[in-house]
Amino acid sequence: MWSEGAGFPDLTPLWLTIRLAGISVVILLIVGTPLAWWLAQTKSRLKVAVEAITALPLVLPPTVLGFYLLVLLSPNSMLGGAWRDVTGTALTFTFTGLVVASVLYSLPFTVQPLQASFEAIGRHPMEAAATLGAGPTDRFFTVATPLALRGYLTAMVLSFAHTLGEFGVVLMVGGNIPGQTKVISIAIYEQVETLEYAQAHLLSAILLGISFVVLVAVYAANRRFPVHAG
Amino acid sequence: MSGLVVDFSLDLPGFRLSVAERFAPHGLTVVFGPSGSGKSSLLRVIAGLEGGAEGSVCFNGQTWQGPGRHVAPHRRAIGYVFQEARLFAHLSVAGNLAYAERRARKAGRVPDRAAIVAALGLDGLLTRRPSGLSGGEAQRVAMARALMSAPRLLLMDEPLSALDDAAKGAILPYIEAIRDGMQVPVIYVTHSVSEVARLAHHIVMLEAGQVRRAGPAQDILSDPAAAPAFGIRAAGSVLRAEVLAHHDDGLSELAVAGGRLLVPGFAAAIGTRVRVRIAAQDVILSRQRPEGLSALNLLEGELTDVRRGQGPGVMVRLRMGPEQDVLARITQRSARALSLAPGQRCFAVIKSLSIAPLDVGGSGSD
Repeated sequence: MWSEGAGFPDLTPLWLTIRLAGISVVILLIVGTPLAWWLAQTKSRLKVAVEAITALPLVLPPTVLGFYLLVLLSPNSMLGGAWRDVTGTALTFTFTGLVVASVLYSLPFTVQPLQASFEAIGRHPMEAAATLGAGPTDRFFTVATPLALRGYLTAMVLSFAHTLGEFGVVLMVGGNIPGQTKVISIAIYEQVETLEYAQAHLLSAILLGISFVVLVAVYAANRRFPVHAG
Repeated sequence: MSGLVVDFSLDLPGFRLSVAERFAPHGLTVVFGPSGSGKSSLLRVIAGLEGGAEGSVCFNGQTWQGPGRHVAPHRRAIGYVFQEARLFAHLSVAGNLAYAERRARKAGRVPDRAAIVAALGLDGLLTRRPSGLSGGEAQRVAMARALMSAPRLLLMDEPLSALDDAAKGAILPYIEAIRDGMQVPVIYVTHSVSEVARLAHHIVMLEAGQVRRAGPAQDILSDPAAAPAFGIRAAGSVLRAEVLAHHDDGLSELAVAGGRLLVPGFAAAIGTRVRVRIAAQDVILSRQRPEGLSALNLLEGELTDVRRGQGPGVMVRLRMGPEQDVLARITQRSARALSLAPGQRCFAVIKSLSIAPLDVGGSGSD
């Protein structure tokens, strides 16, 4: 670990951010895959409503989303209270609370690319797999998933990057607790507020560099495997 | 109870598909009908891919669909060849075949991989990706993949409709090889008369969601009453033939009931049994043995039917031998002039070049 002093910024916010983004992406894939699959298959009238709810974080100001989450997750609410009774910890101003907020905040960035690639696959390959003896779970993992590989890649990168840059929701739900909820965007904001421009420069440059490398890797991968991924 | 027995109805846009039929337990049954007659939906119901059908589907005594029962498609042990090849783009050709084989073995059925790869000529294609295959190649892989699931019933939904004529001609021998070599009953949907003539052992004629006729191909193809359904210009009969010789002038000689036929040359060993389709409109009738004609083919038979239609033509059936008929479409005027009547001996004159290569081929035995 980097230590403070000698002009080096404290990198704890960076590791915290990467951990938050990583855990959020894993949870988003687990939650978003069945949701996206259902949206791609269903003829239910509920589809439109569910799609709209999923897309809400795209249009709501982060502070609005953060405000509702703060109310919903606070120990005085049903959800936050129940969580505290079971685990003994609160959901607001904790890392766990940040994960919950990030998952909701980045949900459209997982669900929409996945839904689009599931819809692009269509019924045809799945019907063919069924006639070849593959059951629903079998054909989901052996046909739909590999054909939607590019959708998965897009979903993971967008959700990861989106969580990296999260600010408003984190500030509302998590506050600014070092090592707990002080993610990189908040650290930079704080450094600017306290006129520590050198440190802000460094953290910003690191974030810029990481984002650029990740995106380059994704576009390169997309070029290299044009056939495999649907 | 062996074979496939269906009795169901299904509401489709604009009409109701209602089929009660017992399919032949062996050989290839063609479901023939115009576009939009419900042929593909019939296959989808048999496969279990169509949810809304009401009624029953039983195969070899097993209920696939009935009151309160719907066996999922992946548990029906069927093979399905779609109009499009529907290969898995993320797998190689060999990977596509292995996909079917693994699941068949898990269900206790063992395909003969080597025989299937050889029968469909896939040896040089196994490492290729589906995206690099021509339409005909992709469809051959799709057929092989369906066979690799060692199906107890093979369903084929217009497998040639997306191909051009040259590719069709190239792929038909492979379908004949499946029909004659794989010991699996086939239900084959098409609206092409030449595919019916070349492939069918049995025919089920579908029109606007109803079965109009069903029976052995030989009977239906040579029945003047069924001719309008095939399209009056496409009507014709199928004769069993044996290859006698290949001549230097590019003609092949066949033995058929009632005489010999010279047809455009084609590749087949002497002695091979083949089927030849003779279009009714390419046949000229004569009461006496004609002389001084350029037509090379002369078959003698007994006139059994003269059937008038709506237009100026009549359909005449000549019997050459047991279950060996030739249909001739001539004008009512000619029929009167010749005073045609059942029981007469007649000669059918057929131009060699009117027998297209597509109409020759395959095993003539049922």
